[in-house]
Amino acid sequence: MDEELKKEIILENYSNPSNYGKVEDSSYDKYNTNNDSCVDNLNFYIKIEDNVIKDLKFEGEACAISKSSSSIATDNIIGKTIEEAIEYISEFENMIDQKPYKEEVLHDACCFCDIYKQNNRRNCAYLPYRGLKKYLENYHK
Amino acid sequence: MNRNDFPMLNQDIIYFDNGATTFKPQNVINSVIDYYENYSANAHRGDYDISYKVDLKYEDVREKVRNFINAKEKEEIIFTSGTTMSLNLVATSFFAKYLEPGDEILIAKTEHASNVLPWFDLANKIGVIIKYIDLDKDYHVTIDNVLNAITPKTKLISLAYITNVIGDIRPIKEITKLAHERNVFVCVDAAQAVAHTKIDVQDLDVDFLGFSAHKMYGPTGVGVLYGKKELLDQADAYMLGGGMNESFDSEKEILLKSLPYKFEAGTQNIAGVIGLGAAIDYINKIGIDNINSYENNLRKYLIEKLEKINYIDIINYEADSAIVSFNVVDIFSQDIAYYLNKYNVCVRAGNHCAKLVKNVTGVTNSVRISLAFYNTEEEIDEVVDLLSDYEKIRNEMI
Repeated sequence: MDEELKKEIILENYSNPSNYGKVEDSSYDKYNTNNDSCVDNLNFYIKIEDNVIKDLKFEGEACAISKSSSSIATDNIIGKTIEEAIEYISEFENMIDQKPYKEEVLHDACCFCDIYKQNNRRNCAYLPYRGLKKYLENYHK
Repeated sequence: MNRNDFPMLNQDIIYFDNGATTFKPQNVINSVIDYYENYSANAHRGDYDISYKVDLKYEDVREKVRNFINAKEKEEIIFTSGTTMSLNLVATSFFAKYLEPGDEILIAKTEHASNVLPWFDLANKIGVIIKYIDLDKDYHVTIDNVLNAITPKTKLISLAYITNVIGDIRPIKEITKLAHERNVFVCVDAAQAVAHTKIDVQDLDVDFLGFSAHKMYGPTGVGVLYGKKELLDQADAYMLGGGMNESFDSEKEILLKSLPYKFEAGTQNIAGVIGLGAAIDYINKIGIDNINSYENNLRKYLIEKLEKINYIDIINYEADSAIVSFNVVDIFSQDIAYYLNKYNVCVRAGNHCAKLVKNVTGVTNSVRISLAFYNTEEEIDEVVDLLSDYEKIRNEMI
């Protein structure tokens, strides 16, 4: 992915985030995720039916990287089974940890492939996944 | 001014985060190195020459601090790890014993966590009540609002001298006067004030005051608690161990040392204390009043420039300190800090550990520029230039 395209994806998702907004519907679970190194503070709303993530929305305050990453994450994760979502998250972890990863799983989330170069922003890109991973791992427990 | 004294300024950076910590002048660095290279022994163990020298140097700094803040007695100067420890010590060793359930502590919502959480802890543990002094339209504490907040149950007012986001200077002397007339104690967090304005604890008449060395050109990990002698005498020990006890026996009888040593358990941050002494020498050499007027002019210059940029919201127009907090419309503060960092400009973004500020300003986070006397108008011009192109910011903030 070339630099201009990456920038475009990030800015577009920051300016017009997908799945953005507060949800007040009891069929959704809510979890909060924040970044201890800054003030990012996002609430996520998730709806799972028959092991499939039917919907995932978010709202709150966050920097450009956290917000665009959350937008992309929600777009890519809606429709996945819990296991697929967990696999997706580990591919994202591989990418930001500079390990081999599957581009075809991450799609446009690959725009963060160079984020490891900016240590302070690595956490921002990972923000949407940290809370989701914990939520999904505990879902069947 | 005096930029050549600071090795960090040889790097190609613009450092506007002096509220977080200041750079260290060469004489401070040299004093710490000198201790480690030439007389690196423990204090209070004067059985040999270099240890005796440590004793003399260490106590010499206590006298320098006393003189610097014009305390009446040397015993009123306690070395701590910094403002946070100083305030925790006051809360735990004095007020936890003195206060009763239902007693009220007045603070403001613009305080740093260090002047909020120790009091919250007392509220949770012993049932004291935390109340907030109303702030005026500029988020300042006024005498009238302090008077309105005091009730017969008020026992303590704890305020920053200068706050770390709003940068307002509190009328501490007037507050102390009216507090004492009502038998209310006053504790002051002077972390943001000590390097910018003259502090005279006798003139202010405060009961307790804390500050950190690293925000006044000294080393990290060391600070000061000033307390009136009769109050510190009544306070419990904060930490127990070597150096703070006169004697103890197997019956668990502990006889504490007298002030200030009863609060200085364990080997102290000797290098840090010595560095603090050098920092005081340095500030005295330039003159705190010179620092103050230079920084005030610099702040005015910055405000004049920033207010010309129509998409910048300045949060604290009115403040005679070195702090300017602002936001750029529709851009998250952290993204601004990140953008400026690309040009080697260091500013702070976030809530600045003052998480109650949002309740009064409605702004959860901001960009903060905090100036020091080694900053220049040219640096401000450069940063204002960077902030003057909205499209450039948007393009380069990621």
